[in-house]
Amino acid sequence: MSDKVLYVMYDDDEALKHSAKNLVSKGVKISEVFSPFPIHGIDPIIGVKNTRLGIMAFLYGLIGLTLATIGMRFFMVVDWPMNIGGKPNFSYLENMLAFVPISFEFTVMCAAHGMAITYLLRNKTLPGMPAQNPDPRTTDDKFVMEIRLSENHNITESDLDSMLQETGYLELDKKEIK
Amino acid sequence: MQKEAAIREPLILGHKTYHDVTEDVCRPIEDKAPKMWYILFGIALVIGLYGVGSIMYLLGTGIGVWGLNKTIGWAWDITNFVWWVGIGHAGTLISAVLLLFRQKWRMAINRSAEAMTIFAVFMAGTFPLIHMGRLWVGYWVMPIPNQFGSLWVNFNSPLLWDVFAISTYLSVSLVFWYIGLIPDFATIRDRAKKPLAKKMYSILSFGWSGRAKHWNRFELVSLVLAGLATPLVFSVHSIVSFDFATSVIPGWHTTIFPPYFVAGAVFSGFAMVQTLLLIMRKAMGLEAYIHTKHVEYMNIVIMVTGSIVGTAYITELFISWYSGVEYESYAFINRATGPYWWAYWSMMTCNVISPQLMWFRPLRRSLLFTFFISIVVNIGMWFERYVIIVTSIHRDYIPAAWSMHFPSHIDIAVYLGTIGLFFVFFLLFARYFPVLALNEVKTILKGSGQSYKESPDYHKHH
Repeated sequence: MSDKVLYVMYDDDEALKHSAKNLVSKGVKISEVFSPFPIHGIDPIIGVKNTRLGIMAFLYGLIGLTLATIGMRFFMVVDWPMNIGGKPNFSYLENMLAFVPISFEFTVMCAAHGMAITYLLRNKTLPGMPAQNPDPRTTDDKFVMEIRLSENHNITESDLDSMLQETGYLELDKKEIK
Repeated sequence: MQKEAAIREPLILGHKTYHDVTEDVCRPIEDKAPKMWYILFGIALVIGLYGVGSIMYLLGTGIGVWGLNKTIGWAWDITNFVWWVGIGHAGTLISAVLLLFRQKWRMAINRSAEAMTIFAVFMAGTFPLIHMGRLWVGYWVMPIPNQFGSLWVNFNSPLLWDVFAISTYLSVSLVFWYIGLIPDFATIRDRAKKPLAKKMYSILSFGWSGRAKHWNRFELVSLVLAGLATPLVFSVHSIVSFDFATSVIPGWHTTIFPPYFVAGAVFSGFAMVQTLLLIMRKAMGLEAYIHTKHVEYMNIVIMVTGSIVGTAYITELFISWYSGVEYESYAFINRATGPYWWAYWSMMTCNVISPQLMWFRPLRRSLLFTFFISIVVNIGMWFERYVIIVTSIHRDYIPAAWSMHFPSHIDIAVYLGTIGLFFVFFLLFARYFPVLALNEVKTILKGSGQSYKESPDYHKHH
């Protein structure tokens, strides 16, 4: 099924936000917004849910802490209780204070890298990926809204055109997708 | 859009538009490098290569080429290590701590400060690595299953804590820096005309698109990384100070070390940021983004952390007397009046007196004066580490073992070499990377830009 995509360009973040609010209130589904910097407040308007990467970072951190604890207990208590100045490590708890710095560092390492890798994978931004923005100016000073006709069955193309006309866009680009 | 008080000085001067920000940051990358860049790069490269050559000689011959002796077994190597790690503390502090405190002035300086951090930590890491003597078995510091029986590294040792702290700090700082760079690389990619540049920046930008969802994730990832990096900054230099504080050497064995080292690190890091940025803003025409107000804010940080360092020095002196331990008292009296008095008083002048001059507003807003003080602080902080390390161990318990430290030419060459390499890295960064977080600066343009703040509409919606 062929689809038509409308790229509506604005030259100001406030202008785009204002017209997005307007269009959504008329029942238009905006599928994507491309901008050179984060537009604060656009997410609830176009229905972008908050990311759960924060929860992932917590879980990665927990994994790091667990690994560090298991590792250090094995190395220092189980496998070879190192005897330093007549003070061997009889149990993990007795010697826990000495293990705090590395437990902390390893927790941070796992949380930060785990989250960063998940972020890049979820975004599908990896080295050598082709640019996905519809217009090169969206990384400079232009703001683009993407509307798909297939996601707006109840609105005809001409209705949409006139609605967009009212918002005072800068440029309108239409593309056929097969 | 966030608004701020009218009396607050604008952070972006002049009548800039979003496009102007892009132009101003990308132009130095797209234009030909000025002649001065090649001259500086050449000088830095020669000094850096001299250092690399000296390191090769050191690795081939052994660390006996350093000016160490039986009493002074630790001198310039660890001094330089701590000096570089300290310098490497400003970048992540600026990007992480100031992000949590929502300080908008950080946006103009965080990118280059983070770059400085990463290069400084590279240089710092060089010293423990070459100190091993046998660099090729450096991986033995990791707990790797091996053929030597149950032979594990010592997790009770602050030196091993250092391995984990520095590697975590370096890698997390690198990731934090790069995640911020991706959208800016995309901006350069979309403007690039030459095919090679387009290809390179396309690879570097990871195909960044600027979708709303991606920006949503970007902001959260930045926030969480800042939250993780903030305790990390404090932990790293605390752990570096444990290298000394957990020993039983008078002058090292003090509980004040962790906070005192952290304050000193921030102090020296900001000084290095000032040194670099005062030149960079001029050379790259970024005076509208990094101006007197930014310099003043950083000078206030230098003043505060310098005061903490000064208080720590005086506390140390007091406690050494108050402890009633004669070895402890002697260590400090010897610092001030012994053969290394000149190092001690250089440190006191550079680190305690000079930052106090920043209480005067005209001085802390003077760029020339700031540049001078930033160099003074860098020198003072090197002497601080030298004083702590060498003067504490040069008087051993037995007077027969008393000694002095004289650096060999390899000591000096390796140190100068790391400074050369640091500038090689920084100059390459300034040439090919966006030195300003341009996409972050755009977010504060309407809230803190001069033309917006001066417009009659700015305060209408309150």
